[in-house]
Parts: sequence; C-alpha cells; structure tokens
Amino acid sequence: MNNQNSRRDFLKTSALVTGGMLAPSFLVPGAYAAPDNQIKLAVIGCGGRGTGAVFQAFETGHPIKLVAMADAFQDRLDSSYKAIFDKYGKDKVDVPAEKRFVGFDGYKKAIAEADVVILAAPPGFRPSHFEEAVNQGKQIFAEKPMATDAAGIRKVLAAAEVAKSKKLNVVVGLQRHYQQNYREVMKRIQDGLLGDIVGGQVYWNDGGVWVRERKPEQTEMEYQMRNWYYFNWLCGDHIVEQHVHNIDIANWAKNGYPVKAEGTGGRQVRTGKDHGEIFDHHVLTLTYADGSVIHSECRHFPGAANRVDETFQGTKGKVYLSAGNHGVMTDWKGNSIYTHNRENNPNPYQVEHDELWAAIVKGEYKFADAENAAKSTLTAIMGRYATYSGKVVTWDEALNGSVDLFPEKLAWDAMPKILPGPDGYYPHAIPGKTKVI
Amino acid sequence: MKKFLVASGLILMSFQLNESEVFEAYTQKIPGTPVSFDMTPIPAGSFLMGSNDSKFPDQNPAHEVKLDAFWMGTHEVTWDSFELFLDKHYEQTMTEGGVEDRVDGLTRPSLPYLDMTFGMGKDGKPAVGMTQYGAIQYCYWLYLKTGIFYRLPTEAEWEYAARAGSSERFFFGNEESRLSEYAWTASNSGGSTHPIGQKKPNPWGLYDIFGNVQEWTIDFYEENFYSRSGKDNPVNPATKLYPHVVRGGSFKTPESEMGSAFRGISDPSWKRIDPQIPKSQWWFPEAPFIGLRLVRPLNPPSQEQIMAYYTQEPIADY
Repeated sequence: MNNQNSRRDFLKTSALVTGGMLAPSFLVPGAYAAPDNQIKLAVIGCGGRGTGAVFQAFETGHPIKLVAMADAFQDRLDSSYKAIFDKYGKDKVDVPAEKRFVGFDGYKKAIAEADVVILAAPPGFRPSHFEEAVNQGKQIFAEKPMATDAAGIRKVLAAAEVAKSKKLNVVVGLQRHYQQNYREVMKRIQDGLLGDIVGGQVYWNDGGVWVRERKPEQTEMEYQMRNWYYFNWLCGDHIVEQHVHNIDIANWAKNGYPVKAEGTGGRQVRTGKDHGEIFDHHVLTLTYADGSVIHSECRHFPGAANRVDETFQGTKGKVYLSAGNHGVMTDWKGNSIYTHNRENNPNPYQVEHDELWAAIVKGEYKFADAENAAKSTLTAIMGRYATYSGKVVTWDEALNGSVDLFPEKLAWDAMPKILPGPDGYYPHAIPGKTKVI
Repeated sequence: MKKFLVASGLILMSFQLNESEVFEAYTQKIPGTPVSFDMTPIPAGSFLMGSNDSKFPDQNPAHEVKLDAFWMGTHEVTWDSFELFLDKHYEQTMTEGGVEDRVDGLTRPSLPYLDMTFGMGKDGKPAVGMTQYGAIQYCYWLYLKTGIFYRLPTEAEWEYAARAGSSERFFFGNEESRLSEYAWTASNSGGSTHPIGQKKPNPWGLYDIFGNVQEWTIDFYEENFYSRSGKDNPVNPATKLYPHVVRGGSFKTPESEMGSAFRGISDPSWKRIDPQIPKSQWWFPEAPFIGLRLVRPLNPPSQEQIMAYYTQEPIADY
C-alpha cells in the first residue's frame, strides 16, 4: 500500500469515526500552510512523564499545538503548564484556563479538544482513558502499563480492537520497542539466529522509587492518589508498573505470552506506613505454550545488588540485553552473532514520538501497540496474582479475574477499597490466604 | 593511619594546628553505621596551574595559584555511603539508634527510576550518575551526620592535589604508557568502573585521581578563566547549570585525554534520556562516568557561609 492509498483509507476512516463531520483539518493536504492548522494535542495526566511526553511531541518538529490538559490535581496541572509554556510559548501552547481540566472526569473534555492525546495518568486510570480516547477516535500515545487488574485489561483489549478497526495509531511507552539494540536483536531472534528460545531471565532489581508522605489535610483518596505507587488500584505493584518492561521483552523474545505463572513474593524491607500494600519483591517462573520457562525477578531492596536486564537462551546461542543499549548475541561456542554498538543510540523516548507523529502527519496507519502492551501488562498482573496468592495462575484465569480493585466512586471524599488499619498500616496480600482472582 | 603510610609509602606530613587538632590523615566514620571513609591532608602551598600546551587552549596560560590547606578524600565517594544518603528508609535501617532529627528534614534525592549503577555493581565502587547539586547535597547530609564541613573541591584544589608537586602531564611524569599503573581508563577498564583503591596512589596518597570516574568540582567552566582567575584560592562560581568543570577522566576516557591539567565539562546530553519534565535535579541517566571526591578545608568558613553553600537552590533544567 502506498502512502496515497493509506492516506485515503485513513481519511475515510476518520470521517467515519467523527460521525460524518469533516475530517480533522490537519489531514487535509497542504493544511500546514495556514498557521492555525496545527495538529491539536491534549495531555491527560500532567506529572513528570506526561509533561515529558508533550516535550517529546514538540521536539518531533511537526506542527503541533497543545490545546487541552487534564489532571486530577490543580497543582500538578499548573506546574506542567508552566514548564511547557515557558519552554515552547504561545505559538505551541494554547491552553486557556477553561481548557485546563482538573479532577477525575476532566479527561473526557480534554480528549474532545484534540486530534492526538497523550495518556499518562497513573496506570489504574489507563483503561477508562484509553477507552474514551478510542471512542472519540483519537490518535494515541499511552504510557505503560495499560491497567492494574484483569477488568482493566479486558477493557483495554476491547478498545484496542476498536482502535484497529478505526485505524487509530496507538503507540505505548514500552520504549524498548523503540530502542535500537532491542529492535536489532529481536529481528535476529525472530530470524532464528538463536534457534528456539528455550529459557530466559528478566530482572528489575534495584532500590525502589519515590515515596510521598501523607499530609494531615489530605483525605484518604487524595493521599492514595499522591502516593499512588504503593496502591494496587492505581499502580498494580512494581511488578506491573516497572517490571512490565522486562516481562514484555520476554514475551517479545518468545513471540507469545505465557500460559501460566507461579511465584513467590513479599514485603521484606519496605514495610512502612508510607509503603501502602505493594510487595517489595516478586520471583516468577513463566511457562510458555511450548513448555519453555522464563524466570523473572523484581525487587526494591536498597543496599542490595542492582540488576535491570534480560537474558535469553536459544538452541543455537544466547543474548544479553539492557536498556543501556546492550545487545550481545553469541553462539554456544562463544562466537559473536551480533554485538550492538552502544554509543550514540537515539533516545527511545524521542523515537516513540518521532515515529508516531511521522505516521500521523502522513495520514498513515502504522502503530497498534495496545494489544501487546495489554497482554504484557496482563502477564505482569498474572505474576502478581501468583505471588499474592501463592498459587499457580493460568493465563485464562488471570484474564477472567473478577476481583475489581477500583473504588466504587471517584471523589476526594470517597473511600478507596484498600484502607489503613487503626495502626496506620495497610493490609497486604498473604500468600496462601489472599484471594486475587 | 597505618594503612595510609604503608600504602602510600611516604613520610606523613603532619603538623600541630592547635593543642587539640592535628592535620593528618584520618578515617571519618558515619555515626551509627558501619560505613567510613578516609581523608588525606593536602598542605597549603603554591603551584603552576594549567599548561601552555597549544593543543588545549583552555589549559592556558599556566599560572601561579596559591591554596590554603585542606583534606581530600583518599578515594572517590562510594555507593556504601551515597546510598545511605539517597534513601532515608535505608539510612534508618542501617543506623543504630535511629537517624538524628537534624538529618531527617534534609531534602533527599528522588529515588532514581532507572538503575543508576548502570549494571556495573555497587560493592566498593564509586557512586555515579549524580548531578553536581546531588553531590553537594550529599556533602550537606555528611555535615548533618558528622558536624564536619565537607564540600566539592575547587578546580584549583583538584589540580593541585592531583599534581602532588609535579609539573609534568601526570604526577608520575609524561609517559602515557605508565597510566595503567595508576588509573582505570578506556584502555584497561573493560567498560566499567572498578572498586576504589586497586591501582597505585599518587605521591600524596590519593587513589584513582585519574580515571575510574570523573570528579565534580565547584567551578563553572570557562575556556579562558585562567587568564583572569587570580592567584589566591581561585574559584569560578556558576551562574548557569552547564557546563561545570569535571576532572580526572573516567573509565571511559581515552588515555590521550587525561592529565593533571585536563579540564572536562558537564553536558546536558547526560540527561538526554530522562523521560520526565522537569528533568531530574539529581540524576544523569546517561552519565555512568561522573562521581565525586570530597574536600574538607582545614579552616572551615563561617556557619553562615557553610549553610549558604549547602542551601544553594538548584538551577532548573528542562
């Protein structure tokens, strides 16, 4: 299909999506001549990552204008707006006060203002934000992970199908897919240079991430929203929020998803009142349909050894990969198959946007990342189900899980389902006892 | 002390300061923890800073500089102490009797989302990837822990200590071929930092002063600073975030770019892959080669000056 055809298809689809309205002006050839015909961008979730993604969109150099922003918190939105406006100015940033939507529901209105949306709120909100963006027919950059529980994954998978049928580009911030060493190695693995992948090990072991302390004026809902990393309905546990990166690489190397997970985890060193309910370590075995097994570890232990990388063994050779641009493939005699040059590699966080926006401005439909991202997220959720319950969890059991972590109601005075005990500590999963599915 | 004498094989310089204090090598314990580090005395004196080598105009002109006495870290700062600073929960775990209230209020680094050891390991290895602001805040933490004023070296102090009285390119002479006896460089490092103190020290007892990791200085980098820097305790305060002077070269630096007078610079590209805005004030996710070495002036400045140094606001970085 050449560009001309794909553009026509895309225009047709877009017209369909927008219910017979005119196609967005940015898709009209030659539209860029007029300064007002810039591609309209909205950002949902204005933390450091959402703000960073807006910068990366602008850095693509395409005619983009930020027209709407949404965040649960006024202060987060304000600091984000200021950072963006200070850097890019009024030519690129046209977000008057009435287009800055604060609160839980602002995302719908912000999405409606734009042609393209960045979804970067905490992971628990991704399913509803993604579904809304798809329903409104927008092109999407979504941060990972895609959900925090099975109900969220089912919503994302359904919306991902709709996005495909509408030919909406969806790029997800599993940025290793946009990093050169991973692309070069995976191409060679899929070409069979390592033979069949029969085993592997994937790690995110380090000292942990930020903690936000409770302030006396906060409601329970506000506290959990601020310190969201430590609550499963928002974060999914670090096995989902962070280790999904490495688990996703295992799935990529295996070209599939595991049929079951078993594992062990707990709270060994990160056990304070500020640390919510999530575990500080998980160890998994992930079994794939062909019987091959991937070992996965993630832990947040300060003072212990760090390891964040992936290794795989095939019938013909092995590979070492890391986000530090490692990609070292050798056969079993130690001969080099491929060694990636680590110097001067492009920034994968920028490449995500360069490729997405290039497709958008050309009117091409090229990216459908949501399904894989949802399934890799589900792999991590399945792992959490296994470590929390202490039981073997199959893919289908995980996908069909009925435990819904989300609050009944989203409001600052509403109560999340997880609450601290009288001593200020939150209950956490007890393997052998806790029901997760 | 004994270790210092044996390892460096020289007669210890020490003289009485007053009745109670002696200017000699010492081991600084971090109270309540098993962690300590060694400090080496650097006597007051004058030296010829820079060089007149025309290949590197930023080293011109060689000029006389006079410095007050100070102690310098015998080694580069390692993860053993830096990790206590960066994670207050970890410090709590590691501190007998709990962390002092005065330390509790310190602003800590945001814990890095990425692995800031870059897969190179921690044990006995230099802490890496911190910003200059982070390095200064580490000094502040040490001050709160020990009551002693530690800070980054000035560029002049660094070069004076590295030269250890020599006027040649290296403290051991001009032969690049001998550098591997003293330093981890691109030629022998295997692409990684190494535990501190494995190579031979310089004549004043400083280990890894070349190579392993680049070391932060206080100074803002200006190519022609030496033409106006003055003689007594020169320093070039920063008005902008980039570039600061870093010194000594690292495990990634080619031998040809090393020497006592060689001036390295910090660069915004070290934060290129930070996906957040504002970019971290604390971490460089693409600088596995930047670390720090402490200085303690023999005569500390006033309490006001100390606090002014530690509480400088970080310069914003987008």
